[in-house]
Amino acid sequence: MSFHRIVLTVNGSTEQVDVPGNMTLLQMLREKLALTGTKNGCAAGECGACTVLMNGEPVNSCMVLAAECEGAEIVTVEGLAQDGQLDIVQQTIIEEGGVQCGFCTPGMLISARALLNRSPNPTEADIREALVGNLCRCTGYARIISAVKAAAQATQ
Amino acid sequence: MTTAPVKETTNIGVSKPRVDVREKVTGAAIFTDDIQFGAALLYARVKRSPYPHAIIKRIDTSKAKAVPGVKVVVTGEDFPNRTGLYLRDRYIFARDRVRFVGEPVAGVAAVSEEIAQKAADLIEVEYEVLPGVHDPVYGASPEAPLLHPDLGNYEVPNFIFPVPNTNISNHFKVRKGDVDAAWSQCAAIVEHTFRVPHVQHVPIEPHVAIAQVDGDGNITLWASSQSPFAQRNLIAKSLNIPESKIRVIAPLIGGGFGSKAGITMEAIPVAIAMKAKGHPVKFRLTREEEFFTNFVRQGLVAKIKVGCDKDGRLLAIQNEMYWDGGGYTDYGVNITRAGGYSGSGPFDCPNVKIDSMCVYTNHPVGGAYRGFGMSEVHTGIIQAMHMLSEKIGMDFAEFLKLNVVQEGDKILTGMTMHKTGIKECIDKVTQAVNWGIKEPPSAPNKRRGKGLAVMWKAPAMPPNAGSSALVKLNEDASVTVLIGGQEIGQGSFTAMAQIAAETLGVPFEAVKVKGPIDTQYSPYEWQTVASRLTWSMGNAVRNAALDARKKIIDMVAEAWGEKPEDLDIKDGYVISYKTEESISLKDIVVYGIPKPDYNGWVGGPIVGSGNFMPTYVTGLDKETGQGERAVVHYTTGAQAVDLEVDLDTGQITILKAASAFDVGKAINPELVKSQIEGGFVQGMSSAIFEEMKLVNGVMQNPSFVDYRIATTADIPKVIEAYIVEAPQDDGPWGARGVGEHPMVPTIACLANAIYDATGVRVSNPPLSAEKIYLALLDAGVVK
Repeated sequence: MSFHRIVLTVNGSTEQVDVPGNMTLLQMLREKLALTGTKNGCAAGECGACTVLMNGEPVNSCMVLAAECEGAEIVTVEGLAQDGQLDIVQQTIIEEGGVQCGFCTPGMLISARALLNRSPNPTEADIREALVGNLCRCTGYARIISAVKAAAQATQ
Repeated sequence: MTTAPVKETTNIGVSKPRVDVREKVTGAAIFTDDIQFGAALLYARVKRSPYPHAIIKRIDTSKAKAVPGVKVVVTGEDFPNRTGLYLRDRYIFARDRVRFVGEPVAGVAAVSEEIAQKAADLIEVEYEVLPGVHDPVYGASPEAPLLHPDLGNYEVPNFIFPVPNTNISNHFKVRKGDVDAAWSQCAAIVEHTFRVPHVQHVPIEPHVAIAQVDGDGNITLWASSQSPFAQRNLIAKSLNIPESKIRVIAPLIGGGFGSKAGITMEAIPVAIAMKAKGHPVKFRLTREEEFFTNFVRQGLVAKIKVGCDKDGRLLAIQNEMYWDGGGYTDYGVNITRAGGYSGSGPFDCPNVKIDSMCVYTNHPVGGAYRGFGMSEVHTGIIQAMHMLSEKIGMDFAEFLKLNVVQEGDKILTGMTMHKTGIKECIDKVTQAVNWGIKEPPSAPNKRRGKGLAVMWKAPAMPPNAGSSALVKLNEDASVTVLIGGQEIGQGSFTAMAQIAAETLGVPFEAVKVKGPIDTQYSPYEWQTVASRLTWSMGNAVRNAALDARKKIIDMVAEAWGEKPEDLDIKDGYVISYKTEESISLKDIVVYGIPKPDYNGWVGGPIVGSGNFMPTYVTGLDKETGQGERAVVHYTTGAQAVDLEVDLDTGQITILKAASAFDVGKAINPELVKSQIEGGFVQGMSSAIFEEMKLVNGVMQNPSFVDYRIATTADIPKVIEAYIVEAPQDDGPWGARGVGEHPMVPTIACLANAIYDATGVRVSNPPLSAEKIYLALLDAGVVK
């Protein structure tokens, strides 16, 4: 097994990690950096629970090799709040009641944040499309969609 | 126990924020797989049967044991006792015979998941393949091979009725009136066979469990579990050790929907850890394993016949149900029972005949799934009622309102129905979709239609399923509520905080309810299932808070020389209505109160305890299913949809979905609505998309790509939730459960709407675009 020493930024902090060649970004975050907020729902890029921002783009971290992350800037759910102040999407998903079991929530929030970063005033169709890769079995999605709408309105 | 004084409610019927939400949006919430176990951790993988039915001739584990990093290899030989919740019919690892594809045959623990998997692959198993049973109707017939020759010897509770020397592991019967005599009096009769496929719960968090056994044989199990106490009990029985040697710790759950109730894969790491003492052993299911190796929702074939008089009044209901229970039916037998005693649907009918049979097949194992048995039963019975209303020429809403069960009716099992708001539910949802008004479709190639369905469901559980709670006061006047029921997304911790705050007279914010549930420290709770927590655990929390309240008031009364009835607790202060004195709960709830002139003290640390167990549920006669009170209560509801069918593709678009449920009392209305909305979408997903495609017992579609569940792209434009409140006599503030009910009527509701739109009945889910299109083609609606 080959090992790689990589340096990357995670939630604004510079990290140096030694990773086996077959380790995924998801495994590295959870097992090497103890950032367990990012969840493993399928390990096949199909459920979106492990979504993180990689250089500003939402990616399924189970489908990215850690060794590819040299120099990358990663944001996980733990990096959304700043100095104890929740991100607006975190606030609105609480207010709209878009959280039940909470397992899809981290990935959902990251996908929502990515959408609002590239499109501050999305339509409902934009929101539905941006979240289509994030499966949720509890909420029925409506309150999550409302939360993203409310977040967009609040930042207008 | 004293009754709390009647006062203005500030915490009940109010949509307080979830107590668990901040940790869930920041990634701080700890789920089972997030717990760190250090360097001693081993990983388990399992060798599974590739055959649906076979004799195990030989197992050779030598190659697996030789892999560097492998610590333990176990097989069925190591664990001779059977386990199971309602019927002890299976082993942790198969012995002698396998009965479904994916059944565990051997287990490995190694220093990494990769090595464990490699070793599992190297285990050699020689099988003699046997003919299988892949249909429950065939399985129930005398021609079918016998899958469990020992069925007659399995341990069962007295309300499960196996038929030895058949594949029927439970035959539940209802005989009310005389259906055979009634058919001749019917002005209209409908007969139809409905099939509901197997589906999967699909929690987004796959099953995971970690077990550790110490040198004295004490077992600790960390599991994503709806049933820590039931699991402790089942492991104890299976391993023949006392419950006190087992501790189950259950952190937050990433969705369960019944799949994490009872015991399934959790026994595997326990068994392996017994052979690897000192090491925590982690076992997590892959998504593929999640689909078919653990509990699934059973398939159903229901042969239904219903009839009514010329005015549309129901005269007879006959429902013959063949449940596709799978290779083992330890939980399935009770699903069959629930399907039986609710098998008429929520209707008042003088003649009812139900045969609900749990049939062993060589399919995945059936377990509880959100309202178990009820979605399946209602799929058939409600569509049959829709067909009957059309045949007798009655509007379906009118037909339902004429026939739905009402307070005082003797239901199919002879129980007298309690107060229920089902008619109000029908009114709410029919108004919401402009029922009775034909509205135009949005395009010429579309047809628009409306559907309606009603439902009922009772908590399906042993008659004496109990709850308990402790309410502990802290120095700062905060309150810790200890419970054994789980937060599974439904909001139970929040509802319990509201109940404790209201009963005690403290602010909601002062109450802490937190996991993990820990059988060593948490009070007993049977299981987090059956929509029973708000009602049952809510009563226990209320009783515990009343106990704490009484202790506080008695203490202050003694210190002040007043009568307890003149005192009250409000906003964290004990107040006297007589002297208008008040004292903060701070400090006194731990340190007590000094007597005048420091002449000694009264009181001490305040802890209240409470429990609740229904004591009034009676048995049902084995031959007639009759008894005074089969269940604790029924929650009822109605659902309506307005949808369009695209004639070019068969695809449906739901314009509006409206649901109403009689919850007795909504402790937290927004959380109730969240259950109703989320449940509708889960029901819609199962109705339109979901089916485990089983070919000779092998699931063909075990991935999210091939087994699609609803996404943001699929949900209705408008989802409405209505709360109806006809109070439950023994519920806290009148509350009864609603967690499971919202998905129960959905398949029938959508099928009825598709029929209304197109005139073509597609009765068996999934109501996929392909199936609808082919049905339209068949019927000549499209060419």
